[in-house]
Amino acid sequence: MTTGEPLIVLDAVNKWFGPLHVLDDVSLSVGRGEVVVVIGPSGSGKSTLCRAINRLEPINSGTITFDGQPLPAEGKALARLRSEVGMVFQSFNLFAHKTILENVTLGPVKVRREKPAAARERGLALLDRVGIANQADKFPAQLSGGQQQRAAIARALAMQPKAMLFDEPTSALDPEMVGEVLDVMTSLARDGMTMVVVTHEMGFARHAANRVIFMADGKLVEDASPAEFFANPRSERAKDFLSKILTH
Amino acid sequence: MGEFFRVLTDNGQLFVDGFTNTVKLFLIAAVGSLVLGTLLGAMRVSPVPALRAFGATYVNLVRNTPLTLVFAFLVFAVPKLDVNIDYFPSAAIALTVYTSAFVCEVIRSGVNTVAAGQAEAARALGMTFGQVLTLIVLPQALRAMVPPMMSVYIAMLKNTTIAAGFSVLEAGAIPAYMAERGEPQFAVLLWITIGFLILILPLVALQRFLERKWRVAR
Ligand SMILES: Nc1ncnc2c1ncn2[C@@H]1O[C@H](COP(=O)(O)OP(=O)(O)OP(=O)(O)O)[C@@H](O)[C@H]1O
Ligand SMILES: [Mg+2]
Repeated sequence: MTTGEPLIVLDAVNKWFGPLHVLDDVSLSVGRGEVVVVIGPSGSGKSTLCRAINRLEPINSGTITFDGQPLPAEGKALARLRSEVGMVFQSFNLFAHKTILENVTLGPVKVRREKPAAARERGLALLDRVGIANQADKFPAQLSGGQQQRAAIARALAMQPKAMLFDEPTSALDPEMVGEVLDVMTSLARDGMTMVVVTHEMGFARHAANRVIFMADGKLVEDASPAEFFANPRSERAKDFLSKILTH
Repeated sequence: MGEFFRVLTDNGQLFVDGFTNTVKLFLIAAVGSLVLGTLLGAMRVSPVPALRAFGATYVNLVRNTPLTLVFAFLVFAVPKLDVNIDYFPSAAIALTVYTSAFVCEVIRSGVNTVAAGQAEAARALGMTFGQVLTLIVLPQALRAMVPPMMSVYIAMLKNTTIAAGFSVLEAGAIPAYMAERGEPQFAVLLWITIGFLILILPLVALQRFLERKWRVAR
């Protein structure tokens, strides 16, 4: 599964929001093709960790390396890095004034300067892959939540990213739509995409993840295989957290 | 009633000259302030603190200065620095400088109506600040910007009359000329009011058109 040097490496990363220490000396490495699920109580810093990886959130100290290069601070180099890391948000964030197909082709055409025809062809193929090819010409507001999130995944994939970040991609969905989004994510994982996924879907963590990271109070408390983590959580925080979410 | 129309027909050239300059002043300052105001608006929402500070300072300084003072500064003070500009260009610059502050604020508040997640998703795709603004944020902000922007421009159309006090023959200067000719002031003022109402009609039509064109699908 994991080959060569890791794709994402965080080394002693610290981040404060004012007095709040949201990332406390976090070190983590994610191998190529690896799927890492991040769990932990609300406010533990999961989103911040995820957003630090494509520098939507700058960090105060430590280093983050992506594909062997330290994250650029700003400008064109940072934009290029972001184009290589797909991101999927809890609230979808599809561009409201663009059709679904335009959402998927905008990045390749404007950021990568691809030919519109080629981008369109790949865009349609991606929409087909996530099962919403027939929605291509609609606007985001006309789609269900599950369809919107699948479109958002297609939009990220259209950039042909080296890794994908998911920040609670199913938390804003009605229960009956969670499955369709997780199915797409599971198939991505199976195809060898490197993924960092913040989620409360323990089924996905068990079946699709290579590793589970447990965070609490900005610290990375546990880092284990799913089988090990769910069977034998070592810390009290993790035991406590699991007992709360697994009982229902 | 005959007397009322005579005031217009006897002094037709003066009305034409006056309103022509009003329209010219308006058009030049409208384009100028749209460009300058958009640049200032972009500064105010940019990630660079120095640019944001510059934009905020400009707006607070200019918006809180009476327009007459801005005119006086450009028409009287600037030529003292050995910069020779005519009354008309000075007036156009004064209006542009002043109106830009208001255009900037309309743009900034329009941008703030667009959900933060839109810009965030665009940045995550690797778009530059300029692309995020022009491809994602501004197109969605336009609809919300149209009504306040039109108010700014209607106010500016009326503000052109201040140029009369600085030797520019525009509509606001007509009453003084007519007084010299001994024409009845009431009729003159009424005609000028009618003139401005006619000039405002296209702006109102433009607002209707744009609001319809940029109606957002929600
Ligand atoms: N922009 C911000 N400014 C100030 N504080 C912030 C900001 N963003 C997040 N925080 C705070 O930082 C802490 C960590 O936030 P983060 O969103 O990373 O947590 P999380 O683990 O994703 O929580 P959740 O499960 O609720 O999404 C929280 O206490 C949050 O209130
Ligand atoms: Mg979160």
